[in-house]
Amino acid sequence: MDTTLLVIQALNGVQLGLLLFLVASGLTLVFGILDFVNLAHGSLYMLGAFICATLTFALGNFLWAVLVALPITAGLGFLVERFIARPLYTRDHLDHVLGTFGLILVLDTAAHLIWGPEGIAVPLPEWLDGQTNLTAEIVVPTYRLLIIGAGLAAAGGLFWLVNHTRLGMLIRAGASNRTMVSALGINIELLFGLVFALGAALAGLAGMLIAPITEANIGMGNNIIITAFVVIIVGGIGSIKGAFIAALLIGLIDTMGRAFLDDIFKIFMSNEAAETSAPAISAMLIYIIMATVLAVKPQGLFPPKVR
Amino acid sequence: MSALLKIDGLNKSFGGIKATDDLSLEVAPGEIHAIIGPNGAGKTTLISQLSGMAKPDTGRILFKGRDITGQPAHKRAGLGITRSFQITSLVMELSVLDNIALSLQAREGHSFRFLKPARKVTHLREAGRALLARVGLEGKADMPTKALSHGEHRRMEVAIALGAGAELMLLDEPMAGLGFEESRDMVALLTGIKGQHTILLIEHDMDAVFALADRISVLVYGHIIATGTPEEIRANAAVQHAYLGEE
Amino acid sequence: MTRKTLLSVGFILALGILPPIFYWTGNAFWLDLATRLVILAIAATSLNLILGYGGMVSFGHAAYMGLGAYAVGIPAHHWLYGGLEAWGLATTSGLVQIPLAVAVTAIFALLTGAICLRTRGVYFIMITMAFAQMVYYLIVSIEEYGGDDGLVIDTRSELPGLDLDNPLQLFGLAWVSLVAAILIVRMVINSRFGMVIQGAKGNDERMRTLGFNTYVYRLVAYVISGAMAGYAGALLGNFTTFISPEMMDWSRSGELMFMVILGGVATTLGPVVGATVFIVLEEVLSDLTLYWHLPFGLLLIAVVLFGRGGLIGLLNGRDQ
Repeated sequence: MDTTLLVIQALNGVQLGLLLFLVASGLTLVFGILDFVNLAHGSLYMLGAFICATLTFALGNFLWAVLVALPITAGLGFLVERFIARPLYTRDHLDHVLGTFGLILVLDTAAHLIWGPEGIAVPLPEWLDGQTNLTAEIVVPTYRLLIIGAGLAAAGGLFWLVNHTRLGMLIRAGASNRTMVSALGINIELLFGLVFALGAALAGLAGMLIAPITEANIGMGNNIIITAFVVIIVGGIGSIKGAFIAALLIGLIDTMGRAFLDDIFKIFMSNEAAETSAPAISAMLIYIIMATVLAVKPQGLFPPKVR
Repeated sequence: MSALLKIDGLNKSFGGIKATDDLSLEVAPGEIHAIIGPNGAGKTTLISQLSGMAKPDTGRILFKGRDITGQPAHKRAGLGITRSFQITSLVMELSVLDNIALSLQAREGHSFRFLKPARKVTHLREAGRALLARVGLEGKADMPTKALSHGEHRRMEVAIALGAGAELMLLDEPMAGLGFEESRDMVALLTGIKGQHTILLIEHDMDAVFALADRISVLVYGHIIATGTPEEIRANAAVQHAYLGEE
Repeated sequence: MTRKTLLSVGFILALGILPPIFYWTGNAFWLDLATRLVILAIAATSLNLILGYGGMVSFGHAAYMGLGAYAVGIPAHHWLYGGLEAWGLATTSGLVQIPLAVAVTAIFALLTGAICLRTRGVYFIMITMAFAQMVYYLIVSIEEYGGDDGLVIDTRSELPGLDLDNPLQLFGLAWVSLVAAILIVRMVINSRFGMVIQGAKGNDERMRTLGFNTYVYRLVAYVISGAMAGYAGALLGNFTTFISPEMMDWSRSGELMFMVILGGVATTLGPVVGATVFIVLEEVLSDLTLYWHLPFGLLLIAVVLFGRGGLIGLLNGRDQ
C-alpha cells in the first residue's frame, strides 16, 4: 500500500471520527448528566441534515444554512427534552429506550412526510467543491478538510465550554452529583433543557456536515447511532474526553479496516481467502474492539469519576 | 481455642481516607462478637470486606484457617459466611416464604434445576415455614415481601441468615430503625440462637450489645482500640474517652 | 382454574383454532397474518424470559431471529448452488437446519452474553444492541448470501411427516411451538433456577451473599432465551422464504421489546397478547396510511408514558 492512499484514508478516518464525536458527545453529555438514554439522538442528526438541505436551497448558500439550522436543531432538542425526556427521568432505562424508540418512528416518518422518501443532495459553494493539494501527490477534497476543521473547532469549543464556563461547571457538577446542583438553587430544569439542546445542536451539526457527501436521507440517523453507542461504551459513558479519544479510534479503525484489511490478510493467507474474509471481519472490527475493551474494562476506557 | 474468623492487618482506603486501618481481630466459634464504634468508624466497610463485596487493599482474612481474602461473595457464602444488610436487602418482588426458601436452596449446591417447580419442593417450603415460625413470622409466609413492616423485614433478614446455614453470621445493625418493643423481640430472637451460630454483630444499640455480646471490639477510625468482655469494655478508660464518653 | 387462567387458555386456543377456520372460509390472508403473529410471539416469549423475569433489557433480540433464519437459508442455498457439502450443511432437511439454528444462536448468546453480562443497566442495553448490529453488518458483508439484498429460500425445511409448503401445517407447527415455548418459559421460571433469576433481578447483592453466582445463572437464562429466539427465526425463514439483514435491524428488536412491554412484562401471556395487538395494529394502521409509523410511534410513546403494567396489568387490575 502506498503512502498517498494511507494519508488519504487516515484523513477519512479522522473525519469519520470527528463526526462520530459530535454525535457521541451529545449522547454522553445527556447520559452523564441526566442519566437518560436517548435513542432518538440519531434522528436529530438526520433532522439537522434535512433542515440544512432545505435552508441551503432557500438561502442559496450552504454555510448560511448551517448557521441558521444550528439553533433550529438546538430548539428541537429543547422540545424533545421538555415533552418526552422530562416525564421519563424518574423511570428506568427500559422506558427511556422504548419512549425514544417511539420518538424515532415519529421523527423518521415526519421527515418522510415533509421531505419525501428520496434523499436530498446538498450542493456546496464552488470554492469548497474542489480539491486541495496537500503535497505534490496527496490531493484531497477541500470540503473534507473543512469537515475536519469544523469538527475540531466544535470539539475544542465543547471542551472550553465544559471546562472553563459557568455552564460547564454546572454540567460537570451535575454529572457527578445531581442533588448538589439542585441544592445550589440552580434552575435544574433549564440546565437539563440546555444540555439537551447542546447535544442536539452537536448531532445536528454532524448531520449538516455529512449531508453534502452522502445526501440527507431518512436512515442516516439510525445507522450512526449504534456506532455512536460503541464510541461511548468504549470511551466510558459520561466522559467527553473518553468519547473524543474513542471516536477517533473507532473512526480510524473502521476506515482503515475497510481500506486495508484485505491487503494485510493477503500477507498470511491466500488472495481468495483474504478477499472473502476481509469484508466480513472489517464489518465486525469495531464491535470486536468494543468487546475486547469491555472484557478488560467493563466501564470503558475512561470511566467518569464516582457519581 | 482456635478462631473461626481471623482478620490480620486489614487496610482499605477510599480516595485517601482510611476506612480500615491495620485492623486485626479474632472471632471464636460460637460467640457473639459485637463491634461498636462511632459513626464513620468503618463498621460497614469491614462487613463488606468480610462478605466479599469489597476488596481490602492489604491484609488477610482467614476463615477456619483458610485464606479467603480473594474469594468472591458467592464463594464465601458457600463456605459458611452470610451477611445481613444495614439497609433491608430482600427480594421485594417475591413472597416472604420465597425469600427464605431461596436461602435454604442456596445450601443445596447449584440451582441449575429446571424441571420441578421450586414452590413444590416440600422440604424447602417446610423448612422455610419452620424458620419463619422461629422468627415469629409464621402467619406472613405467603404475603408479598413488600407488604411487611420494617421490623418484620429485619426478622426476615435473620431468618435468611439462619436459612443459609451460616456458621458465621455477619449482622449489620439488625436493630436499625426498630422501635423499643421490636428491639426487645430481636434481642430475644438473637439470644435464642446464641451458641448455635457464631455472630459478628455490628450494632449501635448499646443495651442490645451489652445484653447479647460475649466479647466486644471497639472500632475507631478503622482501627480496633480495645477488645474484651462487656465488663472489661465498660471499664476501659480509652473506650470511655473515645466512644462512650460522648454519650 | 381461576378466571385468569381460563382466559389465558381460551386466548391461546382461539389463536390456534380461529386462523384455520378463516383459511377454510376463504380468508387465506388471515392465516398468513396469524402465522407471523405466532412466530413473533415465540420470540417475544423468549425475550420475556430475560427481560421480564431476569431484568436483562436486551435490545438485540432480532439478531437471534435473523441468525436462526439464516441457519435455514444458508444450507438451503448451498443445497441448490453447491458448497459446504463436506460439512453436511448443503441440505434442506429441517432436522439439520433447525438444530443448527438453535445451536448457532445458543453459541452466539453464550459468547456475547459472557461480555454483555459483565455490565449493567444502560451499558447492557447498548452492548446487546451493538452486537446485534455486528451480526447485521456481517451478513451485509457476505456477498454470497446476497448481502444487503437478502436471500431467497427456494425450498422450505423438510421435516418427516410435515409439509411446510402447506400453510396450515406451517401454522400448526408454529402454534404448537408457541404453546411449547410458553410452557418451557413457565417451567423455567417456576423452577429453582427461575427463583434464582427472579431473585437476582430483584436483589443481586443479596443473591450473591447467599452463595449464588448470579452471573452464571443470568448467562444460562440468556442462552436459553437466545436459542428460543433462534428457533423462532428458523420458523420465520420458512414462513417468509425470503430473508435479509433487514430482519435483524434494531428497530425489529425494538418491536419485540414493545410487544413484551405492551402485553405486560413478567407475565405468562403478556408477550403473546402484545404480539397480537402489535400485529393487528400494524395491519390496521398500514392499511390506512403509508405513514403508519407516525401514529404507531405516538402510541408507543403514550404506552410508555401512561400505560404501566401492560395490557395484562389492566386485566389484573380489574380482577382484584
